[in-house]
Amino acid sequence: MILTTRGLTKAYAGVKANTDVDFDLPAGQTRAIIGPNGAGKSTFVGMICGRIPATRGTVTFDGQDVTTLPAHKRIERGMAYTFQITSVFPGLPVRENVALAARRGLGRNKAAVRNKTDEVLSRLNISDRADQMAGDLSYGHQRILEIGMGLAQEPRLFILDEPTQGLAESEVEDFNTLIKTLDAETTILLIEHNMNVVMEVAEYITVLDQGMVLANGTPQEIRANAAVQEAYLGSGHA
Amino acid sequence: MSDTSKSHGLHLGLICVLALAYFVLPAYHSGNLASVMVIAIYAMGYNLLFGYTGLLSLGHALFFSAGLYGLGLMMHLADWTPLPAFAAGLIAALVVSAVIGFLILRTTGVAFMIVTLMFAQAGYLTILYFGKYTRGDEGFALQQASRQIAGYDLTDPGVRYYCALVLFSVTLLGLAYIIRAPFGRTLVAIRENEERARMLGYNVTAIKLKAVIVSGVVSGASGATYALLFGYAGATFATVQYSIFPLLWVLVGGAGTTVGPFVGALFMFYLIDYASGKTEAYLLVVGVTLVLVTLFLPHGIVGTIRTRFLRWLP
Repeated sequence: MILTTRGLTKAYAGVKANTDVDFDLPAGQTRAIIGPNGAGKSTFVGMICGRIPATRGTVTFDGQDVTTLPAHKRIERGMAYTFQITSVFPGLPVRENVALAARRGLGRNKAAVRNKTDEVLSRLNISDRADQMAGDLSYGHQRILEIGMGLAQEPRLFILDEPTQGLAESEVEDFNTLIKTLDAETTILLIEHNMNVVMEVAEYITVLDQGMVLANGTPQEIRANAAVQEAYLGSGHA
Repeated sequence: MSDTSKSHGLHLGLICVLALAYFVLPAYHSGNLASVMVIAIYAMGYNLLFGYTGLLSLGHALFFSAGLYGLGLMMHLADWTPLPAFAAGLIAALVVSAVIGFLILRTTGVAFMIVTLMFAQAGYLTILYFGKYTRGDEGFALQQASRQIAGYDLTDPGVRYYCALVLFSVTLLGLAYIIRAPFGRTLVAIRENEERARMLGYNVTAIKLKAVIVSGVVSGASGATYALLFGYAGATFATVQYSIFPLLWVLVGGAGTTVGPFVGALFMFYLIDYASGKTEAYLLVVGVTLVLVTLFLPHGIVGTIRTRFLRWLP
């Protein structure tokens, strides 16, 4: 298991966003977390990557308890995180955005940072926009850039919080293709509302509802799960 | 020519122009320019924190006066020679900025501004409290006889001018280097999007502390240079006015540009100099000019040139 949580709980002034979440993620898997709005998905991954301190419970990453580590130390150990609301450096060129991500791991090795940056830019087909300001990019390209910043970190666990939100249909297809090629390289934890994306890329699904794990299973199992349909997919979902 | 070589050209060109200006300008103006170069060091130190890291401090007079008194008191009370006393000024600024930085970085935004202001005010009151040594508002003069380095008399206008130029150049080139280096790029990243920088694995608090320390030491170097070259240290330099000055210089010249602080300091110096010669209400003229600059040049003088014409400006 690359990631394990036990009893992970977050309470905001008595209101519980997550209650006793036990979660196991094997290395190399592409896992989707789904659930209705307010199910506690973002809070849950926020506690995993350290953005949100847990009220109680533990997070174990790669065999080590990281519960008390600040976010930057968890990232240092091999996590990467993309924000639900696009978060890039708007006043910096696209290339510098990616370079900042690569530099954290590669340090002062300028050539390595440049190579990594070029590699990521060409992989995402945004090399021709490398010198534009990130803030001038279209929304879709900003989302792609943020994923690129994650890739540049060469994470062992890549957490994506609703990456396809607001993307056009064609961009979503490109995203699916990208995730499938990443599948072999890293472990992916994906919060996603778009069920087409989930069913296409996820190997395994965890359903959260009201801050708790409602179900775990393969896409087929989740699709067939009556409780999940009740809570989330709606009875009309085929 | 690459942007980097253009930047080098700009910085070296500015230094050359300043080096030659001494021979061209009348004594009055070269004297002024020496002061401007010293206060520009202060502005550049401030700019690292405000313009590049995005932290608005209202208490930098504390760091400036740490350098000023670090040097001044050692020369005045302990009869130290200028070079060790200058080192004492830098160390005083280093210690003060490290301790204060550690405390103030627990706050952000408006709270950060208020806390920096409070600490600077506490520093000012401390200087008054120890009036027996600091002579408070009245201050003390450093004797001409003690202001000599290797036989050079720092009270001589020429020596003073070139001494100011050397320190100005070292600061300009040093900060330009820092800004291009990975550390400087990270500061800009924090300014642009702190949470994103943190979630790329950067220890944002530690990096901001380093920025406060570098900024504080450069400001302190300016204070120490000021005391050394102009032979005076007084509590006025620790007042809130001297915390606001670098903010104005940087805003007028262009925050987040390498030469903006110098341009802003030069502009403000001559604006005050000119207006006070014309009218007693010179602060009104200064105020109106500042309003106009902010209205029509929101990025400051150099910042606007960069936005409109020269994108490569560092």
